[in-house]
Amino acid sequence: MANNKDQNKLTELDEQAVQYIAVGAAVLGTGGGGDPHIGKLMAMEAIRKYGPVRLVRPEELEDDSLVVPLSMIGAPTVMNEKIPSIEQMTRPLDLIEKELGRKVSAVMPIEVGGGNSLVPVIAAAERGIPILDADAMGRAFPESQMVTFYLDGIDCSPITMADERGNGVLMHAIDGVWEERMARALTIQMGGSASICDYPVSGAQVKKSAVPHTLTLAYEIGKTLFESKEMKQNPIEALLKQLNGYALFNGKAVDIRRRTEGGFTRGEAVFEGTDAEKGRTMRLFFQNEFLLATEDGRSLAVTPDLISLLDQDTGMPITTENLKYGARVTAVGFPCDPRWRTPKGLETVGPKYFGYDAPYVPIEELAAGKGGDL
Amino acid sequence: MSWTMISNEENYRIGIDVGGTNTDSALLDSKLNTIHTVKVHTTRDVNEGIVESIRRLLAESGVNPARVQYAMLGTTHCTNAIVERKHLGKVGLIRIGAPATTSVPPLADWDDTLKAAIGSHAYVARGGYEYDGRTIVELDEAEIKDYLGRMKGEVQAVAVCGVFSPVNASQEKRVAELAKEVLGEAMPVTLSHEIGSIGILERENASLLNGALLNVIAGVVRGFEQALQSFGIDAGVYICQNDGTLMRSEYALRYPILTIACGPTNSIRGAAHLSGLNNALVIDIGGTTTDIGVLAQGFPRQSSAAVEIGGVRTNFRMPDILSIGIGGGTIVRDLGDAVTVGPDSVGYELLKRGRIFGGDTLTATDVAVKLGRYDWDGARTEELDASVCRKADEIITRDIEDAIDRMKTSAEAVDVVLVGGGSILVPDKLEGVGRIVRPDHYDAANAIGAALGEVSGETERIYSLDEMTYDEAMADAKSNAVEQAVLAGADRATVQIVLSEDIPLAYMPGNALLVKVKAAGRL
Repeated sequence: MANNKDQNKLTELDEQAVQYIAVGAAVLGTGGGGDPHIGKLMAMEAIRKYGPVRLVRPEELEDDSLVVPLSMIGAPTVMNEKIPSIEQMTRPLDLIEKELGRKVSAVMPIEVGGGNSLVPVIAAAERGIPILDADAMGRAFPESQMVTFYLDGIDCSPITMADERGNGVLMHAIDGVWEERMARALTIQMGGSASICDYPVSGAQVKKSAVPHTLTLAYEIGKTLFESKEMKQNPIEALLKQLNGYALFNGKAVDIRRRTEGGFTRGEAVFEGTDAEKGRTMRLFFQNEFLLATEDGRSLAVTPDLISLLDQDTGMPITTENLKYGARVTAVGFPCDPRWRTPKGLETVGPKYFGYDAPYVPIEELAAGKGGDL
Repeated sequence: MSWTMISNEENYRIGIDVGGTNTDSALLDSKLNTIHTVKVHTTRDVNEGIVESIRRLLAESGVNPARVQYAMLGTTHCTNAIVERKHLGKVGLIRIGAPATTSVPPLADWDDTLKAAIGSHAYVARGGYEYDGRTIVELDEAEIKDYLGRMKGEVQAVAVCGVFSPVNASQEKRVAELAKEVLGEAMPVTLSHEIGSIGILERENASLLNGALLNVIAGVVRGFEQALQSFGIDAGVYICQNDGTLMRSEYALRYPILTIACGPTNSIRGAAHLSGLNNALVIDIGGTTTDIGVLAQGFPRQSSAAVEIGGVRTNFRMPDILSIGIGGGTIVRDLGDAVTVGPDSVGYELLKRGRIFGGDTLTATDVAVKLGRYDWDGARTEELDASVCRKADEIITRDIEDAIDRMKTSAEAVDVVLVGGGSILVPDKLEGVGRIVRPDHYDAANAIGAALGEVSGETERIYSLDEMTYDEAMADAKSNAVEQAVLAGADRATVQIVLSEDIPLAYMPGNALLVKVKAAGRL
């Protein structure tokens, strides 16, 4: 901790840093990505046992180093009950190393949103290797191919998975979409939750294709929320500055509809404006994550830009599963990594992919009143 | 005396709510009319306050003790024991989880003082189930017997918590048998599936705390029963749960953790009964704060946040309460160009410091009396500045209206039940509110809530909609909840489903559905 403070730059993850990242990751999780609580406890336990984990920045990597994303795939509800085993958190690394015939230099989170942001900390602590300050989404998305590595045509294989029993799987998929299909099927057989390594990348690929400094971002967001709480200040202004974000709406949830389709929770929520915004009505559409916010036939924010719901008083993030009637929220939107705004990016995670009949308009333009008519 | 005379004599019930400051009690007749209420200070030896309450209830009402049929107790004993880490018993834990769950060991988020109170026997044994009830691995009975053997002479209770035990409880039940075998028939065993829902750490924490509280609850129940007997009361004894329902005393002896924080729930239930409303906001205005709870289908709406008890995260759900800093003693300040209200309060010194009582501090109560909301004999209102009072009243009313709006679930007008001494602050009309009800006996709503006597059962399971229809899944969950309620003492003919919710499990094909149902019925 002292180390982190002196340089005013996050260089290692200790228990405190893990607590901040857990909260920041829930904001970046845009309502999905699972509850970071278990991931946080796992990471803190590993740090207590093996000591703090070094954080390495993409620019510090050797070009030929091997970096491996490690995450959990499956239902967060299952992971909250069937917590992973310790071995399960390193076995996918063993399998990758065996397949590639070389050692892993660093692990990284595949997504910085939600519970997966902290999953690699456990393997890093046990192995004594650093965790990379970057991810491959800059947020959370529901499917495996929704990563910046996929956009740049990086091979997702070899893919390795493990369950708690000791089963390990090595897969070669022709692309990220096939990875998603096969991994999802295996996850069911493994009991609804499994650990997975995919997109093993080189240092050079990380520098080109990863979303940099996102663990630091999550840390800063969490720190802002904790400090505001201590000083009893409203954190939302500070948060918007940190994220280059926009306050979309202040309101109260008056209607929430959820349904299951293809294994995902889809739905929409309606909010009525409060205080100065009385009379406004916002609709928010979600598929695990919040994906589209509209008002009077016009978009306020559209995926892949980020949409988060924050508690009006505490600034704490609210997930799609915990959103309930009467919740007083500030909806905030902030720009995604520019790679998501390319044609292939929008094809992969744009509104059309999720079945919404809305054009993608960058949030900066929507906030300036340009475009977005539905 | 002939038998007809006896049958014509009224039967009664007593409700007692032991809070941090006051012990409230109420005597109700068989039609649940409130006959008498008593308020005494909570004593250091909590039982003294209980005895005094019963004594005064009987003496002041003149009711024949032999006609008291039921006695209900809601108490803060167990919460205090955990918060103060006092009187807790040592508990041994068998988590049935390995090879899963090893990345977060038991007691990971407990502080050292609470860990020390519970002892040092927590083991992770092989076993557990998948979400659909499939076995992950079988129990290794030799391993479990070994762990149990190490607990010999060092624990007063055993807690057992297995992965997905709410879906399949077989392994937990087997470990209970082994525990009795190794540690003796008398060893109390808490099985997590009987206590909690999905979320292993929270359920495990609750099971451990439950085991640690067995001595505490035994003292409470014994004390209550002895007190009743000493007054010649031979009644069915029930203990209040945090969800607003009752459990038999013999059930409470096994599940003390369920008594945690029943106070706010009892207040809301009592207010519901006194007002005759089933769906309303309950606004309890005290000296310092206004607490708003939601009454839905006769029960408090519960908070969705995980509840921490003594710093430990559990899966208990508490009433969703919004507190704002407005009460009868809230200080009003005239700053010349503006008037401010609170958040500080003169609290219990109101009768000394309030302006209408001759004091020097302008309070919300002074404002209400000046504006004619309440007629207080001898109140000195002449010197109060009417325009300041009107401005303060606007702020108070707006703050309360705003808080009401926060707790509402739709834009439609909601009915409001006002309880608490500070309820005189509220005008007869509020924006967004339909009826405003100010019931009698409002200051003993908690004790009346304790006496009301519905018993409940709950179930929480994951169903696969590939194997059954949605309706079949809901029907199975409902019949399960009804059986649980009957098991807890409810009259089957009166049992109703009071809560039913289903959550599709995200990221999981196979259409998995988490279903929670609660049923409740009369004694």
